Amino acid sequence: MSVFENLADRMNHIFSKLRNKGKLTELEIKQAMREIRVALLEADVNYAVVKDFVAAVSEKALGEDILKSLTPAQQIVKIVNDELVALMGSTHRKLAVSDRPPTVYMMCGLQGAGKTTMCGKLALYLKKQGKKPLLVACDVYRPAAIQQLQIVGKKVGVEVYEAGQGDPVKIAAAGIAHALKNGFDPVIIDTAGRLHIDEKLMKELIDVKREVKPAEILLVVDSMTGQDAVTVADTFNKTLDVTGVIMTKLDGDTRGGAALSIRAVTGKPIKFSGTGEKPEDLEPFHPERMASRILGMGDVLTLIEKAEQAFSKEQAEKLQKKLRENTFTLEDYLEQLDSVKKMGGLGSMMQLVPGLAGKMGKQEIDEEKIMRSKVIIQSMTPKERRNPDIIKGSRRKRIAQGSGTSIQEVNQLLKQFEMTRAMMSRMQKGGMKGLRGMKGMPPGGFPF
Amino acid sequence: MGFFGKMLEGIRKTKDNLSKKLYYAFSARALDDEFYDSLEEALLAGDVGVAASTEIVDDLRNRVYERRIKKPDDAKELLKEILVESVEYEVEPYSYPLVVLLSGVNGVGKTTAIGKLARLFTEQGKSVVVAAADTFRAAASEQLEVWGKRAGVRVVRHNEGADPAAVVFDAISSAKAKGTDVILVDTAGRLHNKKNLMEELKKICRVVERELPEADFRKFLVLDATTGQNGVQQAEVFSEAIDLDGIILTKLDGTAKGGVVMAISVELELPVLYVGVGEKIDDLIPFDAHDFVDALV
Ligand SMILES: Nc1nc2c(ncn2[C@@H]2O[C@H](COP(=O)(O)OP(=O)(O)OP(=O)(O)O)[C@@H](O)[C@H]2O)c(=O)[nH]1
Ligand SMILES: [Mg+2]
Repeated sequence: MSVFENLADRMNHIFSKLRNKGKLTELEIKQAMREIRVALLEADVNYAVVKDFVAAVSEKALGEDILKSLTPAQQIVKIVNDELVALMGSTHRKLAVSDRPPTVYMMCGLQGAGKTTMCGKLALYLKKQGKKPLLVACDVYRPAAIQQLQIVGKKVGVEVYEAGQGDPVKIAAAGIAHALKNGFDPVIIDTAGRLHIDEKLMKELIDVKREVKPAEILLVVDSMTGQDAVTVADTFNKTLDVTGVIMTKLDGDTRGGAALSIRAVTGKPIKFSGTGEKPEDLEPFHPERMASRILGMGDVLTLIEKAEQAFSKEQAEKLQKKLRENTFTLEDYLEQLDSVKKMGGLGSMMQLVPGLAGKMGKQEIDEEKIMRSKVIIQSMTPKERRNPDIIKGSRRKRIAQGSGTSIQEVNQLLKQFEMTRAMMSRMQKGGMKGLRGMKGMPPGGFPF
Repeated sequence: MGFFGKMLEGIRKTKDNLSKKLYYAFSARALDDEFYDSLEEALLAGDVGVAASTEIVDDLRNRVYERRIKKPDDAKELLKEILVESVEYEVEPYSYPLVVLLSGVNGVGKTTAIGKLARLFTEQGKSVVVAAADTFRAAASEQLEVWGKRAGVRVVRHNEGADPAAVVFDAISSAKAKGTDVILVDTAGRLHNKKNLMEELKKICRVVERELPEADFRKFLVLDATTGQNGVQQAEVFSEAIDLDGIILTKLDGTAKGGVVMAISVELELPVLYVGVGEKIDDLIPFDAHDFVDALV
């Protein structure tokens, strides 16, 4: 892995020496393009797609205004981001519905992509919209695949039609007949995972398609897929003319460049993403979020949404005022820690923070640390909390003893508090949006 | 059909594969910058990753220079040499009793590999018991039981939601009582960035170490050959958590060639032990660095 975790960091590094010059040469832009190439390749965007993409961005970046711009790094990152979003399709696309019920959704993909789990998620999603979905078990090959679908169906309260390990085409047809007779609509068909080069099994999908005339054929793709994603997606698409793509396992730390490759090669929209193992872990796909993720810039928009949910408006206003007047204290910090917990814990949040996305796992971040921080602050006197500057040697010792921690830990907390205060004041300059221009985290990790 | 034959078959079916690109690279007439660029591109297309590709190409450049090589064909032999060097390891032979634990992210082929390993060991005359320590995913134990039947080995299982460490404990007790040679542990798929799930995995390992300290305990990461650069993170984080002994590379019967193991090898000393080349019980083959590289180049 590179020293620079995200594209913005790379760009800033290249351009940092040039800040004062204020103007870029073509050579410097070329160097920037090389960094963009590396960032995209490290995110698993297909090398051929990268080539085209970098060529397109270069052309834009070599335009007059960038060369003269005072903030070329940000300008270029913005161009890259905008181009990525444009490439991935700018709006979320809804699922198609047939004129004549039942609407049929057919899932397909490689082995282990996450089709069966996704079937359950989709069923729950549709059920929540007031529909009465039916799941049909057409994976007759993998051991216990039918049982798996049955368990998944039971969990989300959706009926599963199965007919043992027979002919998938006949089972699919019987499933539709069952739906018609019993008023189920839509019908979701789970199929066995297969290799795109397995001609016999690909033909089986064509037959199922012909039989059930699906409103959507959804290709399920593991977001950790590498360069081969284009071959796989292209073959499935050419064979079946898929209508949409679902990316799974996006709760991992993969950059997910496969999404971009697939979109570029098939032109088909990505409709949903799977973000966890629970049935409700399904999200409509957001191209702009995926773009910043691929660039390693974290999912800033999701973070902002989560933050907005966790902080009440008054809380946020109060905080801003404190930062403006420079009266942010350890008491406020304590409140912040509680908010962080509310935001779904650090684990899920860190993923979304620029500069930290992709670093997860290497960095020891845990909930326990928040708890310890809280205990330390709670062991301080109100005066100390309001005025941290007075916490010197003997006070530190007392606090450490009182909280059952060490002096080092107390020191660390105080340092982190200072960093947080600095970061917060940076953030509030541009409101929550100020986060966007943020250049990673303070040295030494996230300040909690 | 052997491993090599199956790989070749896969390659023939692919239009846009690494070996073809390398073929073009090596059909260049001169060993110039363009040659090295196309070589780098070919490696990138095979998921080798930016850092490892650069390293490999630089290494090749140096050796070509040192040995005054002029012909692309000779450079090709050199490249193979470099690639083989980076994935070839001496592996300590197993001793018994043996515990083999498979870990990895979701859907990579752990359970299938357990079934295949059970077959490999029984073929060598070893007695085998399997611990169904994936108590999380729906129907995981049922899936494993099918494999147990196919391989003719016993499967120790609990109900869905049970403590996986307790399943392993029971499997070990059963193995001790019966003098079983090999205990295979199937674990639930988990993403390496989920801290609590990684802790659970550590706990399973602690149970093995505590209950069977005399056993040869091997911990493998199962890695899907289609995985991109995230495979490096997977290897790093799983290694950190449970000190991996090696990798099982699955789904090599597809069109992806698993080049990410090259990237992993640059950072961690982690040998590939077996490769999965299909969905049938015999489709697991001991890794051979030369075959692997031959299929790549
Ligand atoms: N083509 C091919 N498919 C494979 C190979 N190994 C496993 N599979 C398939 O990949 C899919 C997932 O395999 P599993 O063994 O269930 O994977 P897992 O890692 O146990 O999955 P979870 O327990 O759900 O995380 C199944 O459909 C397997 O048949 C292989 O070498 N080649
Ligand atoms: Mg499994």
